[in-house]
Amino acid sequence: MSNESRPRVRGASGIRIGRKAHFQRWVSHHRDEAVIAVQRLIAAPLASLLTLLMLAVALALPGFSLTLLGNLERLAPSAQLEPQISLYLRTDLPVERVDSFSRELLLRDDLISVELIDSAAGAKEFRQHSELGSLLDYFDQNPLPAVILVLPKDRDPDVLEALKTDLLARDEVEFAEVDLRWIERLGAILRSFERISLILALLLGLTVLLVVANSIRMMINTRLEEIEVSLLIGATPAWVRRPFLYAGFWYGLVGAFLSLLMIYFALALAEAPLRELFTLYLGSFELQGPGINAWGWLLCGGALLGWGGAFIAVSLQLNQFNTLRD
Amino acid sequence: MSAIRFENVNKRYATGHEALKAVDFTLESGEMAFLTGHSGAGKSTLLKMLTLVEQPSRGEVWVGDQNLSKLSRIQVPQYRRTLGVVYQNHRLLADRNVYNNIALPLQIAGFSQEDIGRRVRAALDRVGLLTAEQSYPQALSSGEQQRIGIARAIVHKPRLLIADEPTGNLDPRLSLDIMHLFEQFNRVGTTVLIATHDVALIKRMKHRVLILDQGRLRNV
Repeated sequence: MSNESRPRVRGASGIRIGRKAHFQRWVSHHRDEAVIAVQRLIAAPLASLLTLLMLAVALALPGFSLTLLGNLERLAPSAQLEPQISLYLRTDLPVERVDSFSRELLLRDDLISVELIDSAAGAKEFRQHSELGSLLDYFDQNPLPAVILVLPKDRDPDVLEALKTDLLARDEVEFAEVDLRWIERLGAILRSFERISLILALLLGLTVLLVVANSIRMMINTRLEEIEVSLLIGATPAWVRRPFLYAGFWYGLVGAFLSLLMIYFALALAEAPLRELFTLYLGSFELQGPGINAWGWLLCGGALLGWGGAFIAVSLQLNQFNTLRD
Repeated sequence: MSAIRFENVNKRYATGHEALKAVDFTLESGEMAFLTGHSGAGKSTLLKMLTLVEQPSRGEVWVGDQNLSKLSRIQVPQYRRTLGVVYQNHRLLADRNVYNNIALPLQIAGFSQEDIGRRVRAALDRVGLLTAEQSYPQALSSGEQQRIGIARAIVHKPRLLIADEPTGNLDPRLSLDIMHLFEQFNRVGTTVLIATHDVALIKRMKHRVLILDQGRLRNV
């Protein structure tokens, strides 16, 4: 040690570098640790791959269900959601009465449209669309009633109910039905599905946190000596945490990316039956993959959960060092 | 100014064992001293107070102008960077080469790469192992490993160098070499405190000796 180097630059004073230089080194340390963390994951390919696949599966499940949910939600508004009231007329009603009744309804200003399907048209439709169409042959005369479909102006459920009661009170009408059921059902299904997806996302998010925490804990166990020595020669807890936080971050991010690939694969498998199902309601349907939102949520969520899992694992370890000391 | 000052320091562990009893001493800046005593006499406990691994149960420990019990948790890393510590088992990291082992304190303190290179080579030069830069610790003899441990302790030019049984695993000739190395650092102004139970070695060197006996300091 030479004498001229001793004053001022000794020991702690050597550390008091300028704020700007300090910031630059802090940034470059982050960059170095981010790269080293990737190299470490590659250096243990089997362990890393197993962890990544576990994370990908855990993230793919809620991701897949949210993608399906997105598809179902698109279905809801595009379907014909105008609440329609079907009026089934008495079968013994003469055709003229049916006509005059439907014309009368046309004059009402609380209805947007009135569509008459007379019993002959109804039978024709039934033969076309139902496998039970041949049943009609067993009847001497057409058993189907004339049906009038009306679209009310007001969509308020109470008003609809009142209108239905009002129309049902008419002599000509045998039975009236507000065609809201399947919309309500779809809504209920969507809400349940949404809730289930949320619970799934929470549980599997927790899984991601724990899987990463466990992997990082094992990583820490192989580097205990390094951590302790670093602390003894003046490393801050943040410095010790940093490489592990980056490892957790990469785990989460790459796991999320793999999960997106899994989702596309799963969608490809499920596409045919889903298309069939949705076409029944919509006529045509294009299954959509995870949108930009799902990509964003999965990648950010995965990275954040990975980081959090690592933070938990390192903090537990650092606490252990501290309690050993006291 | 004193480099180390213990004021009536007691250390009592949760088990009830009293490791240090009313320890009072001052080490002046630039002094070199040995701390000795039987195993279990409290040498390690005393050194651990200097590295802030342990806290006194009573009394105060001062290093330079800092009262160690007044340091907050956040200040501890900064304080530790002002020390150089040498361990009996040298505590080198097996997965890093010599260069990276010695560079560790500088990396932690945030030195630039070129600064680190310069200082690491200077430290290696001082312990006489300039050629070992790329070796891994396992490939070196125990004497060389301890020199690397010393290089890591002095690479950031600490004002206080502490060693805990630095020659514990070495034969007498190597031990003497290591002690001479410490003397060299002391000669350029570093305060040195070495815990050792090697009485023969201490006697050959003309430095102050602090003797711990069942937690009490005996004056010599």
